[in-house]
Amino acid sequence: MSAFGKTSTPYWQALPFALVFLLFFVLPLGLIVMVSFWDYNGYQIIPAFTGQNYLDVFDGCIADLPDLCLTFATYLSTLEFGLMVWAITLVLGFTVAYFLAFHVRTLTMQIVLFLLCTIPFWTSNVIRMISWIPLLGRNGLVNDTLLRLGLVSEPQDWLLYSHFSVVLAFVHLYTLFMIVPIFNSMMRIDRSLLEAARDAGASGWQTVWNVVVPLCKPGIAIGSIFVVTIVMGDFVTIGVMGGQQIASIGKIIQVEMSYLQFPAAAANAVVLLAVVLLIIWGLTRMIDIRKEL
Amino acid sequence: MSEPAGLELAAVTKRYGRTVAVDGISLRVPAGTYCCLLGPSGCGKTSTLRMVAGHEEVSDGDIMLGGEVINGLPPARRGTAMMFQNYALFPHLDCLDNVAFSLKMRGIGKADGRERAHRMLQLVEMDAYAGRLPAQLSGGQQQRVALARALITDPRILLLDEPLSALDPFLRVRMRAELRRFQKDLAISFVHVTHSQEEAMALADLIVVMNGGRIEQVGSPREVFNAPSSLFVARFIGGHNVIEDGPGATGGAVAVRNDLVRLVDAATLGGGGPGDGEIRRSGRVAGIEFQGSVVRVTVAADADLELTVDVAERAFFDNPVGLGDPVVAAWKPEDAHALTGGSA
Repeated sequence: MSAFGKTSTPYWQALPFALVFLLFFVLPLGLIVMVSFWDYNGYQIIPAFTGQNYLDVFDGCIADLPDLCLTFATYLSTLEFGLMVWAITLVLGFTVAYFLAFHVRTLTMQIVLFLLCTIPFWTSNVIRMISWIPLLGRNGLVNDTLLRLGLVSEPQDWLLYSHFSVVLAFVHLYTLFMIVPIFNSMMRIDRSLLEAARDAGASGWQTVWNVVVPLCKPGIAIGSIFVVTIVMGDFVTIGVMGGQQIASIGKIIQVEMSYLQFPAAAANAVVLLAVVLLIIWGLTRMIDIRKEL
Repeated sequence: MSEPAGLELAAVTKRYGRTVAVDGISLRVPAGTYCCLLGPSGCGKTSTLRMVAGHEEVSDGDIMLGGEVINGLPPARRGTAMMFQNYALFPHLDCLDNVAFSLKMRGIGKADGRERAHRMLQLVEMDAYAGRLPAQLSGGQQQRVALARALITDPRILLLDEPLSALDPFLRVRMRAELRRFQKDLAISFVHVTHSQEEAMALADLIVVMNGGRIEQVGSPREVFNAPSSLFVARFIGGHNVIEDGPGATGGAVAVRNDLVRLVDAATLGGGGPGDGEIRRSGRVAGIEFQGSVVRVTVAADADLELTVDVAERAFFDNPVGLGDPVVAAWKPEDAHALTGGSA
């Protein structure tokens, strides 16, 4: 084979996926960035170059401080959800993965239990979300049971269409995204390390904290990226489970789109993308995930 | 440093479900002994070691260290320390933190712990590498760090699970000399699991040959080599001809060391006479292997018996034989050692 052929082979091999990537990721993203600088009025979008959409996103944000403008308040609320869901899925996911990796002895049983974790994913996530409603509603099963047991005197309203139900649905939907990468990290841990820790006098908790957690860091980082990015961009779950009463960045973008304010939506999307990338950058600064890939 | 302590096993048994891995073994290892548990894989030697370390529960029997029963104690409170087969160094910690790990677990202050870890690394001549991660070390260096990590707990006995098997042959010889030196300097007992008879011979004060969950023979390397007690030991330890229906033996099998068998040229035998009371087997040379100081000659004797004769290199080339030559292998009856136990 010629020298040219040798050097170009890897590029040819990378070409198909590069094309897919270009067509379905880079191009749309480029379009969004482009449109975010366009102008618009009530009935049309106008190709132009203006930073007005970005100014609108942060309209009054600096002037109103310390009061929060709409954008800041919404980001804060979305970040709060992100943080809460992240913390809960992390603890849950780590615990489940730990059980699967270290307490389930046989491979068959591991596979069976792992499949069990994925069963909820056999239905669409809208259905999974909606199925909470008859459970948590004013006349739902939970309220019914609480009333009958005499634990409460009237139906509890905080169960549904509340921050609680939003977080609950997120945790329900996305814990698996935390379990899988952490489980993967744990399976790579040499079991003799746990024995070595025990030999050195470490208690169970000390072993988890000093050996298992540090060695699971890449898995934790990958799971965190999954969960945080999904929650930051979500508008369906927050919409349905929040009874359309809770604001989120995704919701703002969706509303702007429904009013055909595409440039404004695009500008918001670019800002959201920047924020999420910043979070991921922060995570990868703390943890080197390349080891896991 | 802790007081060196003697180890004693009393009818120790390990069962996994219905299989018996270790079958009621009793053993006494005096303080300050280098003891090798030697046997093929699956003979129960590693299970025995892990029971002493506390990483495996004893199904039956007692383990005593310094006269105290330690069966029920967690590994860290037994006064034992273990060095694992692949060293099991924590990959996310540098050498210093690896060594200081057990001190940290015991809540010893960071500065104090690091200083003691430094001293321990100095002992194994690894203080120059204190900041390196295990992945950045060679096999031999990893072993030294693992040794330092095990020794920092001041163990009364050190347990080593095939510590040399991860090394290349050249390094293996060097590191085993180091292990021996450390054992002598520290004066505590080392219990070392290995499947290499060569390693056991080179290191041990006391060799424990195990097979099928039982102890076949206990003795010094010289005793085991010169007087293997069973067919199994004679075969496993190597360097012996095992003759199942040996003449001169009372019915049972005998073992003769390869180097105590003499090759006699069949042609010159007539002149030498049959005397000296030697036992002789005639056959043909079936193989010649040059091994440096000796030449290993395989003799196919008449009744599908193969004898191995180690001839000193000089002697062989003074009076060489070729493949297919008729020869007679001869040995003195007192060099034939009767073997007990039929199982091999």
